[in-house]
Amino acid sequence: MRKILVKGKTQGTVLKSNDSINFLGTVDKKTGKITDKNHELYGQSIKDSILVFPSGVGSSVGAYTIYSIKSNNSAPLAMICQKADLTVATGCALADIPLVVVSDEEFSSFHTGQQILLDTESPNPVTLL
Amino acid sequence: MLLELTKEEESALKGEQGEIMQMAYRILVATGEATDAERLVPIEWAHLSGVNYNTIGDAGEEFLASISKNARVKVKTTLNPMGFDIDNVSDYNLSENFISKQLSIKNSYETMGVTPSFSCIPYEIFDIPNPGTQVSFAESNAAIHANSFDGLKTNKESAFSALASAITGKSPYSSLRKEESPDLTIRMKVDNPNELTFGMLGFFAGKVGNNSVNISGVGEMDRRSCKALCGGMGTSGTCAKFVFGDGEPGCEKVDFDKKEMQNVHDELNTAEKGDLITLGSPQLGLEEMSDLVHKLKGRSFKKRCMIFCPRAVKEQARKIGYTNELERAGCEILSDCCTCLTPLICKDDVDAVTTNSIKGAFYLKNSNGVDVNLKPLSQIIEDETR
Repeated sequence: MRKILVKGKTQGTVLKSNDSINFLGTVDKKTGKITDKNHELYGQSIKDSILVFPSGVGSSVGAYTIYSIKSNNSAPLAMICQKADLTVATGCALADIPLVVVSDEEFSSFHTGQQILLDTESPNPVTLL
Repeated sequence: MLLELTKEEESALKGEQGEIMQMAYRILVATGEATDAERLVPIEWAHLSGVNYNTIGDAGEEFLASISKNARVKVKTTLNPMGFDIDNVSDYNLSENFISKQLSIKNSYETMGVTPSFSCIPYEIFDIPNPGTQVSFAESNAAIHANSFDGLKTNKESAFSALASAITGKSPYSSLRKEESPDLTIRMKVDNPNELTFGMLGFFAGKVGNNSVNISGVGEMDRRSCKALCGGMGTSGTCAKFVFGDGEPGCEKVDFDKKEMQNVHDELNTAEKGDLITLGSPQLGLEEMSDLVHKLKGRSFKKRCMIFCPRAVKEQARKIGYTNELERAGCEILSDCCTCLTPLICKDDVDAVTTNSIKGAFYLKNSNGVDVNLKPLSQIIEDETR
């Protein structure tokens, strides 16, 4: 664990992408589905997942998309990134979605389908279930 | 926590100065932690994104309506484009709901004391402060332009971090605000580049760069190419600054040659021709309007051509006579809005769009869901006018 950007505790299933995400324009703000055909998660919804991805990229307005998917009950339960970016950090801060930044080694240990418990107040914030 | 707050900032974060200040400081703290900043510094100008109803939706509209009851900006604050030009909105098939929600967003920003500039090129329509001035620019192309060409200092702000900076007059003192050298150099190897080449170079740079990059092998660039480079870079990555030159000797080197350019082209160019043309993402400035008039030399477009520019530019262009000439050539001139995430192009009516903008191409393809035909302006004029 390198950094805790937004505190929280949640439990869920990992959805991992090795592609970065441009939240504006490539994530549907109502359903949370990825609409970019070149993206690893094309067609999948990020709703209620523990979303693991390298970082947010692109437009600054992506922060509103994160706030919108939360308001539309289509947001991930938590996000885990390899690199902190301001779009994701501030979107999660306002939408109150737990967000942590992990080391490259920790990042590569995550796989889609893993059940994990994330608790930013615990000495070991990520527990495999 | 690395970020150290003053007593007053701590009190705001605790909520002792009201809910709005608490929200703004929560955003600044997340921003500071994300960028390893040790303190907050004053900023003199904020430029906000999150204006177009097409991008922020109902949740964004309601959020702004709610905070505008109490929030007021503390520093000069300017604004990104919205979804339409009120002067000709009736020519486009927009719903009553869209128009009223968009006007509500406009009203919320004005209530907060924001200058309604509706432009993604603030660096071309406002006076640039002294070199080294700290600002907070959301709108990725403007942040990159400010850091790389205008001598200003900004993070690649998010819509919320810039809004928090506007309300508090502060921003975290992150690495992009300091004098740090990039650790990666991109060697430009493509000969005779035009603005489309620079857009693709920017898109590539955004993917390989981190906070900042050096770019070597680039000669003289016109304004159109500078803006294309910033627009492309802002679309693909987190990179918010480039420096022309080879960088320090130990710098990692990456080449941008024909192969790398072809990869970007293949990702974004999905059609052989377009049903209509869009120019402007970023919006066109007066110099580009003038150049376009001169390039047309009296010819007319064979299909619809939408031109996006700031209102301040449209008014100047009208006085000088450019607007008349462009309208004669069949152009639709739209102010206050832009190609990027426009609600005015709908996949029910349009299969493919021709543009010279990499930034425009990315969002047309991914958000509007239309195909894109990429061409430099000179080629557009050659192929699409008579």
